[in-house]
Amino acid sequence: MLHALVAESWLTFHWSDFLSNFWNATFDGLTFGAIYALVALGYTLVYGVLNLINFAHSEVFIAGAYAVIFTLSGLGFGPSPPTLSPIAIIGDLLVALLAGALTSAIVALLVERIAYKPLRARNAPRLVFLITAIGMSFVIQYAFFLWRGAVAEPSVTMYQDKAIFIVFGSTIYLSQLIIVGAAVLMMVGIDQLIRRTRIGRGIRAVAQDPDTATLMGVNRERIIMTTFVIGGALAGAAALFYVMKVPQGVIYNGGFILGIKAFTAAVLGGIGNIRGALLGGLLLGMIGNYGAYLLGDAQWIDVVSFIVLVLVLMVRPDGILGSNLGKVRA
Amino acid sequence: MSRILKGAAAFAALSLSVAGCANSSNGGSGGGGAGASGLKTLAAQDKIDAPSDAVKPAGDGKAKCAGTTTIAFIGAQTGPNAQLGINEYNGIQLAINEHNKGNSGCQVQFKKFDTEGDPAKATGPVTQAVGDKNIIGVVGLPFSGESKATNKIFEQAGLVHITASATNPTLSKQGYKTFFRGLGNDNVQGPAVKTLADKLGAKKVFVVQDDSDYGIGLAGTATKALGGMVAGSDKVTTGQKDFSSTVQKIISSKADAVFYSGYYAEGAPLDSQLVGKGFKGAFIGPDGVKDPEFIKQAGSAASNAYFTCPCIPGDLIPSFASAYKGVANGQAPGTYSVEAYDAATILLTGIDKGNTTRAKLLDFVKNYNGAGLSKNYKWDATGELSDLAVYGYKADGKNIVSVGKL
Repeated sequence: MLHALVAESWLTFHWSDFLSNFWNATFDGLTFGAIYALVALGYTLVYGVLNLINFAHSEVFIAGAYAVIFTLSGLGFGPSPPTLSPIAIIGDLLVALLAGALTSAIVALLVERIAYKPLRARNAPRLVFLITAIGMSFVIQYAFFLWRGAVAEPSVTMYQDKAIFIVFGSTIYLSQLIIVGAAVLMMVGIDQLIRRTRIGRGIRAVAQDPDTATLMGVNRERIIMTTFVIGGALAGAAALFYVMKVPQGVIYNGGFILGIKAFTAAVLGGIGNIRGALLGGLLLGMIGNYGAYLLGDAQWIDVVSFIVLVLVLMVRPDGILGSNLGKVRA
Repeated sequence: MSRILKGAAAFAALSLSVAGCANSSNGGSGGGGAGASGLKTLAAQDKIDAPSDAVKPAGDGKAKCAGTTTIAFIGAQTGPNAQLGINEYNGIQLAINEHNKGNSGCQVQFKKFDTEGDPAKATGPVTQAVGDKNIIGVVGLPFSGESKATNKIFEQAGLVHITASATNPTLSKQGYKTFFRGLGNDNVQGPAVKTLADKLGAKKVFVVQDDSDYGIGLAGTATKALGGMVAGSDKVTTGQKDFSSTVQKIISSKADAVFYSGYYAEGAPLDSQLVGKGFKGAFIGPDGVKDPEFIKQAGSAASNAYFTCPCIPGDLIPSFASAYKGVANGQAPGTYSVEAYDAATILLTGIDKGNTTRAKLLDFVKNYNGAGLSKNYKWDATGELSDLAVYGYKADGKNIVSVGKL
């Protein structure tokens, strides 16, 4: 069948394009992949603790993106990059990071309290959670729509992106370094938090066996809230990087596709697994880009990403690194 | 539980799998440094001659009609590409206001139906409008995809509709008698892209298309017109935000101009990511990109942007511009405001002449021959105009200004 498709030139392989752009595809993919990975953590943490896919997480993310845009435009940034000292830029970035993380954390917590906790208290079947999750997603999405309308927020650019150095013939830009660097730092931080701290032990305990954890004196409700707050804050941080990369992307339904991709990244790496989310996100970013070069155009990005997802799940149904938050070793 | 997970993964895959079809042409490489653009700058124009004999909505002021007589606008009022719809219904509103003010015996009602510009959502509002017997004429639908999906419904109801902006050439080849296009189709806009590129002095043009009927059709005619000037091509999807692979291909192709065949929602991030990676050439967009939102989104990156549009610059017709601001909360006329105004004027003129049923109004439009603000309107049997004009535009600071007829 593949031969027939190739013969009809519906499918053509552009090996030379792919090979000559391999490193460009890799580094660009890592940048967006880092954003997927940070958002994927929110899905993974909540799934690990509650066995629930929080479909409203994409809206937790976009709420953070709105907060970042409002904060930065409040600080006087517009669509064209100003010239500011590096110190000022870093300061503004941190303020925006804080605003994004705080907003997303609050929204995540609200979603938990409004949509999930009452159901948990009544022992609702798991399917009901899935529906309220999707419902919350639409509620938040259309609340933004009614508030902000159907157009994207005016874009905000903080600085003129600069080429920093060249690796394997591919130019690396400042924004790529900041995004990948900061995202990996946060990932390591979260990984250590889960493995080494008291909060992390509580999260792992609830993920492993909620009833026993409760008997052992772990406050389950508090752990659940903490999990949502951490996942939300990470999504808010991802929102800042997203705005840095795509300042035109803050629109009421802007979280939808990114959320699905992040969820996919979580499943690819092994949902419930923190390192899996990182790996899944970075891989998903790169795979899509490879597909765009190899098959000739960017419309293949999602096709290739999801074919790889299906193939991986056929071989490893639990994702690449397996899926169990509770079994993480301290 | 794992079943839920699988279901969710399948849902995710379904929502995202976009059928990528058709192969792309080669990404050619050759001489000429990327960004070493010796492109010319085209000067802005400050006025346009509107025909002095243009038919006015008010007519002779003696019209008589039932108070229930209604014309409708069906098109995007919300959704990511709503601005075009807003430009159009403000133009229609202006025509109706002028008509009703001048004709106390004929107060035509105006109804708006929202499609969000989405082919999947357009069927509902169109069916609803067709079911309203008071509606005897429609301006719409603005986009090609939604038009293709709904033209049949108009045909079955015998309801005349004039699109003020859908430019896909196949729309007039569906064989429907109720479809009229109030502007040139992509077959004229495609060659205009080459004219504009030539005027700019561009030697190699990279063509990027989106996945809409509009983008695919226009990229086809533009590619054909550009011929050997095409430096390469790529395809993107609606809603895409990260264009890194496309940008890389454009820079590798050493093109000195890019033609983006799609809408501003994707065009703006594409242009800003291009400029961010050091692209120094021109960015050419069609009418779907020519929008103030494009400049708001792309910021200073937009300074390399030029546009083609089979639309007349309404802001350069002073009397229209000032009247339009009155109905549009002070906003200047946008893309296709004049064309929508003209389309509504034709329907209103028909009503004033006593054509107050769907069948009669359809017949009137079919045989219409008269000047509008933007051009002369006379349709052939397929609903295409014979008088076609494409204008060039460019981004100038925060505004889009015309660089004259192409």
